[in-house]
Amino acid sequence: MTMQRRDFLLAAGAAAGAAVLPGCATTGGGSAGKVVVVGGGYAGATCAKYLRMWSNGAVEVTLVEPREAFVSCPISNLVIGGSKTIADVTVPYDNLSRRWGVNVVRDTATGVDVDKRVVTTAGGRNLPYDRLVLAPGIEFMWDSIKSYATAPERAIEIAPHAWQAGPQTVLLRRQLEAMPDGGVYALSIPVAPYRCPPGPYERACQVAWYFKRAKPKSKVLVLDGNPDVTSKAGLFKKAWNEEYKGIVEYRPNHVLTDVDLATKTAKFETADDVKADVLNVIPPHRAGGIARTAGVITANNRWCEVDFLSYESIRGKGVHVLGDSIQIAPGMPKSGHMANNQAKVAAAAILRQLGGQPPSATPMLTNTCYSFITDKDVVHVASVHQYDREKKTMLAVPGSGGLSPAMNELEGRFAMSWAQNIWADTLG
Amino acid sequence: MRKLITTIALAAAAAPALAQTPDPTLARNMAATCANCHGTNGVTKGSDVEPLAGKPKDELIRKVQEFKQGKKPGTIMPQLAKGFTDEQIELMAGWFAAQPAK
Repeated sequence: MTMQRRDFLLAAGAAAGAAVLPGCATTGGGSAGKVVVVGGGYAGATCAKYLRMWSNGAVEVTLVEPREAFVSCPISNLVIGGSKTIADVTVPYDNLSRRWGVNVVRDTATGVDVDKRVVTTAGGRNLPYDRLVLAPGIEFMWDSIKSYATAPERAIEIAPHAWQAGPQTVLLRRQLEAMPDGGVYALSIPVAPYRCPPGPYERACQVAWYFKRAKPKSKVLVLDGNPDVTSKAGLFKKAWNEEYKGIVEYRPNHVLTDVDLATKTAKFETADDVKADVLNVIPPHRAGGIARTAGVITANNRWCEVDFLSYESIRGKGVHVLGDSIQIAPGMPKSGHMANNQAKVAAAAILRQLGGQPPSATPMLTNTCYSFITDKDVVHVASVHQYDREKKTMLAVPGSGGLSPAMNELEGRFAMSWAQNIWADTLG
Repeated sequence: MRKLITTIALAAAAAPALAQTPDPTLARNMAATCANCHGTNGVTKGSDVEPLAGKPKDELIRKVQEFKQGKKPGTIMPQLAKGFTDEQIELMAGWFAAQPAK
């Protein structure tokens, strides 16, 4: 680290107002350090953009992402319900490269040498870095479902998860469209923690919204691995008892063990088998595979423990982990909003670290999760989190946060506005 | 010369809390927690949510404090405003006030 580089970064950090740099976006790099970001979801894309924005283009940022475009999980349940299309939740990566000068590489990271600080890719690239950001999202634990273990790619064509938005979302929608009226849609929810706590219950509402209009004799069976609804329980149960009475049935304590793929029959640890016409299995998940390759999965062989001041792995070595892959703090959901917020804390910390300074000691995070009950009526849960120096974790600020009192259309407008703004904040 | 010294003294006296904090990026970082709904640097997409960039600092403080103190009904904002101290709200308001509106 040269003095010049440190001085520049400190100056760039202090120049808080000078945010947008039209002139720098095309330079593609600088001399203030190299960061490689693996994964272009809410966490990775936000981190890449903010590293460029807050360093005034001085830090070179490479984003490794195999997908052609970003497809949002939030709002994708409306695609399954039929009130939105997959195009409505798809955002290109163009602005990250064009506007912010992020080097977007369409490739898959396959290796990490944490000592030499190099990422290798399926396409044969060697990407050196000073700091590495892993934001790989989730991978599914296929072994936890007996019949999935050998050929999961075939199993998910029969019983889609649709828990990574994209082709799976479209497949599930097609299956629902093809299902005759009077059919059964069954949704298997894994034991917490999983990505997007209220997401499965919102999905049950969206499928019920579709059935109520198009296939009123059909049923939604919610087969929850948890002992109760894990998020917004009162609000969802009210919707199922009122708006979707006679359509949605909720069954707790349904821990999935196997699926008979030939008959779409779900089997459980302690409950009776359930046969469905459309079977939507969300398998349990863990940190994305590159986190294992990098040796930063440290909790229960599933999640990555991090220092909440910088999101650097507890293993250190300049490897930061963001988003759904991390071992969460108390009350911290695995959500897109949270991932976006974590990414900014990490970006600020990385710029300080590249400049030879410690990360800020007082990071703050907010979270808002909107859930659509109908195509227009929405409920939310919100929270604010601050760093607790003694416990070295993020904790909800006492007295802050809360839920909607009831579903309402105003928040439906706010939810779509949220989507528009967070997509722009992450990718625009 | 005397006028210059007075000006410098006044500038020093009026220096915002920002100058006293050890991390000069604190306001920027905290304000970034608003961007999910209010847009990057407070420049908002759409018309359902209020933009924050370039708004007078006093106006921003007043509005957030009304939510925080329960004087104004809302959905998310009363719950989020209660998560920030008065000093933090002031710091963020000052930062947004200094941002270009576009």
